[in-house]
Amino acid sequence: MRRSIPLPAPLAALPWIMLLPLFALVLFGAAVLHSAAGGSMSPYALSHILRFLVFLVGALVLMMLPRRLVLDNAYLAYGGVLALLVAVEVVGAVGGGSQRWLELGVVRLQPSELMKPVIVLVLASFFHTLPIGMLRSWRALLPPLVLMSLPMGLVLLQPDLGTALAIGFGGVVVVFLAGVPLRWFIGGGLLAAVAAPLAYFFVLQDYQRRRVTTFLDPESDPLGSGYHIIQSKIAIGSGGIDGKGFGQGSQSHLNYLPEPHTDFVFATMAEEWGLIGGLFVLLVFGIILRWGLLVARAAPDRFSRLLAAGMTATIFFYVAVNLMMVMGLAPVVGIPLPFMSHGGSSMMTNMICIGTLMMVDRWTRQGGGRAS
Amino acid sequence: MDKPPSSHALNQSFQRRTFFIGAAQASIGLLLAGRMGYIAVAENEKYRMEAESNRVNLTLIPPRRGWILDRHGAPLASNRADFRVDIIPERVEDVQGTVRVLGDLLALSAVDRQDLLDRLESAPRFSAVPVASGLDYETFAAVTVRLPELPGVIPQRGYSRYYPTGPSVGHLIGYVGAPSREEYEAEPTPLLLTPGFKLGKDGLEKQFEQELRGRPGARRVEVTASGRIVRDLDTRDDVQGKPVRLTIDGPLQDYAARRLGLESGSVVVMDCRTGDILCMASMPSFDPNSFSDGIGRVEYQMLAENERVPLRNKVLKGLYPPGSTVKPMVGMAFLEAGIDPKETVFCGGGLQVGNRRFGCWNRRGHGQVDMAKGIYQSCDVYFYHLAQRVGMDAIAPMARKCGMGETFPLPVLSQFFGTVPDPAWKMQKYGQPWQSFDTVNATIGQGYMLSNPLQLAVMSARLATGKRVMPRLVYDETRPRFDLMGFSDDHVHVIQEAMSDVVNGPGTAGRARLPIPDVLMAGKTGTAQVVGLNISNGRTGPWKYRDHGLFTFFAPYDNPIYAGVVVIEHGGGSGSAYPVARDVMTFLFDPQKGLDALHALERQWGGTAQERLAADYARYAAAAGVDLPRPPDPITLARQVEAEARAAAPEPATPVPDAIIPREDPVASATEGTEE
Repeated sequence: MRRSIPLPAPLAALPWIMLLPLFALVLFGAAVLHSAAGGSMSPYALSHILRFLVFLVGALVLMMLPRRLVLDNAYLAYGGVLALLVAVEVVGAVGGGSQRWLELGVVRLQPSELMKPVIVLVLASFFHTLPIGMLRSWRALLPPLVLMSLPMGLVLLQPDLGTALAIGFGGVVVVFLAGVPLRWFIGGGLLAAVAAPLAYFFVLQDYQRRRVTTFLDPESDPLGSGYHIIQSKIAIGSGGIDGKGFGQGSQSHLNYLPEPHTDFVFATMAEEWGLIGGLFVLLVFGIILRWGLLVARAAPDRFSRLLAAGMTATIFFYVAVNLMMVMGLAPVVGIPLPFMSHGGSSMMTNMICIGTLMMVDRWTRQGGGRAS
Repeated sequence: MDKPPSSHALNQSFQRRTFFIGAAQASIGLLLAGRMGYIAVAENEKYRMEAESNRVNLTLIPPRRGWILDRHGAPLASNRADFRVDIIPERVEDVQGTVRVLGDLLALSAVDRQDLLDRLESAPRFSAVPVASGLDYETFAAVTVRLPELPGVIPQRGYSRYYPTGPSVGHLIGYVGAPSREEYEAEPTPLLLTPGFKLGKDGLEKQFEQELRGRPGARRVEVTASGRIVRDLDTRDDVQGKPVRLTIDGPLQDYAARRLGLESGSVVVMDCRTGDILCMASMPSFDPNSFSDGIGRVEYQMLAENERVPLRNKVLKGLYPPGSTVKPMVGMAFLEAGIDPKETVFCGGGLQVGNRRFGCWNRRGHGQVDMAKGIYQSCDVYFYHLAQRVGMDAIAPMARKCGMGETFPLPVLSQFFGTVPDPAWKMQKYGQPWQSFDTVNATIGQGYMLSNPLQLAVMSARLATGKRVMPRLVYDETRPRFDLMGFSDDHVHVIQEAMSDVVNGPGTAGRARLPIPDVLMAGKTGTAQVVGLNISNGRTGPWKYRDHGLFTFFAPYDNPIYAGVVVIEHGGGSGSAYPVARDVMTFLFDPQKGLDALHALERQWGGTAQERLAADYARYAAAAGVDLPRPPDPITLARQVEAEARAAAPEPATPVPDAIIPREDPVASATEGTEE
């Protein structure tokens, strides 16, 4: 494609194979948000597109960063975001209530969102510098665990289980791809199986516990927490193959569907566009994620590879958990759908991931075969 | 693989593991696609239905209630289109706040607010509680505007039951009200929970509930999750209930009720050719219009405290000693027993039976008395004497034949049948043999004898026509063929003539003569003693000790068309009753003349029955305040009224020990009667 269409060099350098489907997805998301607002560009659709454009510029800037700079400042970025997370706790404690964000004048910053790409960055950096010989020793495992558990603990205190799991997922994927022995993962999996019931009873908040129980049996509480899942399934199921038509979704328009513009935007879409719309969304995410993994596999060095793969995993985590949730395969954890849900934080995080992937892609093409 | 991996091996491992991750991601993608396909295609039908049932809300439209018509087709109960406000308790978030806001908007008094709070508390959580009806558009609009802050409040256009003559038909028609918890449990259909739906609570409204109800309409609307209506989808009209046409003559009913004035009493008028009940008035009464939105505590307290029991239908549930009104019936028993009407008995003011003397009301005596004089002068001695000869076993069957002690096949909720005593009855009830003084008491309608006003009206009709007239309340074009009573025509004429002389001859009720040329009314006075002479003279003193005044009548006397009775509770004697009968019959033949008489009286009394009731209420409410007990719900109230009526029936608990001593000159009250 890059070869067949004559474009100015900087533009031709862009990964259009991923960007064009992404634009289509964002525009499609804007159309769904237009409908969710009752047939109006405000308050969701217009700001959705504007945010995307702003963060796209940010991603292009990110793309231009040199590898050295990124690699050298990984720990600094991690430390900075960790400090922000502590600041959230402090402000929350002083303000007399838990919160997840910091008010920075005009912008409301949610540091836990920044931590999702940053944990990937810092772990990629860690494994990049870790001597290969130590990969099978405890030194390959303990520092990543500390690096992961600090932010996860702080985020759990907020309390925000969904984000903590997202951070953990990104981190674990990087550790896995870094080549640590498989048996650790198998052992860790067994440990998790034991820890999950314990966590259910001793760590989870009441509302989170209820979400788990209603996820297992949504009909047990049709007017309470189960309501979300039931209404979401009704919206998706009633859409059928080709949907009820644009602007015709009764579930979202009559407020039966909770959060039709954020967490349950996929249900809003599926009601009006049906299975066809759903497969389109899955296809676009498939293209983006496949491109991300290809970038990772083609990357010239260990840092770039882990960084790209981790970013892909972070996007994947959003998509998978959100879609499983709206289809009743996972509990309601409050994770938005990338590029479709209305909301600045997730757009920022996902565009950082995209920008990072484009950056790695640029390094690969620029550096050619420069190996680590 | 225990030796440290090379960089190349590490890259190999990375490639394998990313492939694994990619495969895992792809399979989750496939899982999601499959899951979505399953929900959207395989389960599409189910979820589409669920989405529809979310979106579409079916609301019932309460059916318009069938009208209750009088014999001419004019409404006794109709429906008025109005604006109304209801509350569904379970949707209310802040009951106190809602009542406060509504109270201000609707200008409810403190008492009304308390009543509303009570009803909200006691009603089923899910059914509509009426707040106000008959609102004007401005008030209605004011409530509608505030709806967002008043969840559970439902303003709507609807119909409310309207009784044009109010208290005049209260006991006869009954009233309607919102279904109670008990009624919903007995008939758990959604209609009973529909705001604005009312069902019959008492009287004919309850008796004819199924006919009057009709079929509800339905409205399909699109609603949001919070229940706000977005738009109408379609509407099915309701089917109005069937009308029920009564034999009642509406204007006559209203006239009779109003003519009772300040008295406590009842008027029954029948068409003796068909048995049609033309009028069945019982006063004082309640206003069924104001009961339909729930009975307020002030109103209930006012009615419950009134010793004239405005909640009791006295036509069916008032039992009175019939007094001398039984004498024509007893006379007929004599005639049928073979006594010659020309046979005379000497009345010297009393009758010696064995070693006892039974007094006539006329202590000076009536002289030689034949049957006609015995009836028109109401001579007790004449009846004492001949009753001793024919015996109670000739009189009691005649009483029953004439309708005393009978329960009529009428569509009413309950009717009390009273007592016709005879030796067997007394033995069974008290275990004592019949005494001669028991016969004496029975021949003048005292002692154990009890009947309700409807029975007395039927007795009058049967004696007047010689036919077994059966009363009916539902209009029917067909003319019934009544069985003959088996009286000879001569005997019927004797009674007709004698009863005509009561009014038109030298009788006890000369002032009852109709002011209508060519129409002569026949009648019989009666004064029923409530307490003995030692307690009260029956005419003055405490109201509850005064004698009941009774008057049975029919007209024209020689070709009877109408028959009836007037009973005035504690009216002080028959003089209180027959002026009412005269005016009611006058109204039948010449309405204008009747109304002129009534209007003159109503000016003295302070307005029509409805106006006086409203004035009483205002006075009572001003004095009472909020601290009154809560009124019972209609079902409990009906039971309570029934029980009180039974308890009030003056059936003696112990045997009557002796003959009743008749009042001296019982008709004298006619000349000093309260009405004239």
